[in-house]
Amino acid sequence: MAQSDIRYLTPINIEIKKDKYCRFKKSGIKYIDYKNPDFLLKFINEQGKILPRRVTGTSQKFQKKVNKAVKRARHLAILPYVADLMK
Amino acid sequence: MNRYETVFILTPVLSEEQAKEAVKVYEDYITKNGGKIKHNEFWGLKKLAYQIQKKSTGFYNLVEFENDGTLIKKLEVEFKRDERIMRFLTVRMEKDHVAFAEKTRNAAKAEA
Repeated sequence: MAQSDIRYLTPINIEIKKDKYCRFKKSGIKYIDYKNPDFLLKFINEQGKILPRRVTGTSQKFQKKVNKAVKRARHLAILPYVADLMK
Repeated sequence: MNRYETVFILTPVLSEEQAKEAVKVYEDYITKNGGKIKHNEFWGLKKLAYQIQKKSTGFYNLVEFENDGTLIKKLEVEFKRDERIMRFLTVRMEKDHVAFAEKTRNAAKAEA
């Protein structure tokens, strides 16, 4: 948040409109590998659930690839189905 | 000729050599039945994210091979029959997947 020099009584929380972008389109990643867990960890929350698109901002095409990769990793016990306070 | 990638997990009860032998058995099975092995990776003993058959570690192995598709059913029956194998996953590789695999392999080779 910009350090405004005027001090308000209650800090006004201006909602900074961060425009979400699909990180795959931007970085040009074509294929999401289901075998390396550290990359997939970015797309699941602490309980091991897959993060929704509205949070990560990925496009539908790549969200489906992420889902498929995460589910394959779970099948191969690379990622847990249910986890508590993972990462 | 499609390109396939199979990852399978062997029980940790086996020793390192026995695990390697089991992998060898499946390599020969693939080559004998019309598959051409492109790449073989033995990841060794790794911790599983959850217990499979009451075990929490397992020998992972990845085999990448080419085949027209008839071998897959037979190979999976073999996997099911063999009790050393705890879990397996066969994936048909798309164009991007093949490119990705090639790139990572060359990068690894360049490093080594």
